[in-house]
Amino acid sequence: MTEPVIETRGLCKRFGALEASRDVTLDLRAGEIHAVIGPNGAGKSTLISQICGVVKPDSGQVLLSGRDVTGWDVAARARTGIARTFQISALAMEDTVLQNALLGVFGASGWRLGLFRPALGYADLRDRALAALRRTGLAEHAAMRTGDLSHGQRRQLEIAIALTLAPKAFVMDEPMAGLGLEGSREITALLDGLRAEAPVLLVEHDMDAVFALADRISVLVYGAIIATGTVSEIRADPEVRAAYLGDAA
Amino acid sequence: MITERYFNAALLGGLALVAFWAYGADEPFTITLVTKVAILALAGVGLNIALGQGGLISLGHAVFFGIGGYAMGILASHAQSYQPLTLGPLVIEGTNSMPLIWLAAMVAAGLAALLIGLVSLRTSGVYFIMITLAFGQMFYYFSISWPAYGGEDGLSIYVRNSFPGVNTLDPIQFFFLCFMLLLLALLFHAMLVRAPFGLALNAARQSPERAQAVGLNPFRLRLAAFVISGVITGLAGALFADLNRFVSPTMFSWQLSGEIMVFIILGGTARLCGPVAGAAMFIALEHWLGGLSEYWHIYLGLLLLAVVLFAPGGLIGIITRRGAAHD
Repeated sequence: MTEPVIETRGLCKRFGALEASRDVTLDLRAGEIHAVIGPNGAGKSTLISQICGVVKPDSGQVLLSGRDVTGWDVAARARTGIARTFQISALAMEDTVLQNALLGVFGASGWRLGLFRPALGYADLRDRALAALRRTGLAEHAAMRTGDLSHGQRRQLEIAIALTLAPKAFVMDEPMAGLGLEGSREITALLDGLRAEAPVLLVEHDMDAVFALADRISVLVYGAIIATGTVSEIRADPEVRAAYLGDAA
Repeated sequence: MITERYFNAALLGGLALVAFWAYGADEPFTITLVTKVAILALAGVGLNIALGQGGLISLGHAVFFGIGGYAMGILASHAQSYQPLTLGPLVIEGTNSMPLIWLAAMVAAGLAALLIGLVSLRTSGVYFIMITLAFGQMFYYFSISWPAYGGEDGLSIYVRNSFPGVNTLDPIQFFFLCFMLLLLALLFHAMLVRAPFGLALNAARQSPERAQAVGLNPFRLRLAAFVISGVITGLAGALFADLNRFVSPTMFSWQLSGEIMVFIILGGTARLCGPVAGAAMFIALEHWLGGLSEYWHIYLGLLLLAVVLFAPGGLIGIITRRGAAHD
């Protein structure tokens, strides 16, 4: 078996009396979409924060392509190949859509940030940013102020920026949050094609999307993983049904 | 509606025209006033890079202004007395050459900005304001209590320093020297905003999480902006000292830090020519209102209140009918 792209080993994190992560061990393998589901407050966001470097675990390790990155900060992990999207869009709202996409190109390439030549003047980098916008259906809005985008378009821009990083792995925190049926479908189609480029660790509440996309699912309850398996295994798991899925499955 | 570009051209052209008119009308005092506008605007351009682009509310920029001033004062006073400056094993000759003095002022201000930035940029919000203010007060009281260069009384330089090919004692020629440096700084600021560095710095102000998530380091971006900002304000300090041929601890005072910030808020935060419009307004008010009443600061306060409450885009925002450049 090849080495997993992202691996967590025994992550534990406490916030006072709350155990947000209890011995979380999971891996993200090449070519897959690995969904993490669980009820609100199960520790999904804390898990993402630890993988991306926002929160340091009390114990345990985070590995990226076999390399221990537990001590690395967010920016270093991003440059090494983790592209995350945020549950609540984090974008430069006063800048244009293209400028936001360019930010990813400049950031991830470890480009020396020039002081003189205009950012839009780097033709090859601009093309990379535009290509990412085209894939997410935002090309015609490239010159628009990001703050004027609709909620759905902001979700797409989040993914476009992740694409510009050309990462080793995508880590997506509820990319469909707040989207209608149509919007969810578009993002589902987009993510479906993404796994061929880099695997996706997907935290999502939209069960239709999860069941349509995921190669594997891990279920997080009270900070601990209670089951990991394929869609049919998880649907059939009595413990998961009791803890989370209820009658929905 | 006037676009910002035309307004900027009219503003800068107007400044030069007033100087020309004063030259023709033989009004050297007016030339001195517009020179003061150009120099203070240059200090404002420095702060505008940190404040407008980086979102760094520094209430200690007088540190860099004062360092620039004392760099001029110290070097020129040693040239005046023909006594070299000895710093341990290092012996530095005094100089009357403006380019050398500017270089020294910019290097010294940049180093100070680096050290102050390394400490203060670890904080944000109110703490950042307070820490920069504290550094300002440190320098202020140090300059008062340091007797070697005049202490509380300040330091007078009898002859204005020289620049190759320019008679700096002629007010109009000195004005154009300062005005050219202001134009260069504005050009640099305009390029910086469009360049990848400006893009990243602006993004780090709007969403630090986003900047980090794409592999950028907001701390380093802000530190670089703070140093650039300090260097420009330091250069303005050297020119200001040369304009007055006098340096004193008031150049380090926190009121001066506040005034530089007032220029930016009056003119329009993050606007390219905001500090120019603000400094011009400030000096005009100081001159006209100051002639009417010595309590003119009351009116300045009312004006500032009106701008903050009703026109957050400052003067440029009103004229171009656009709101704040950003929130």
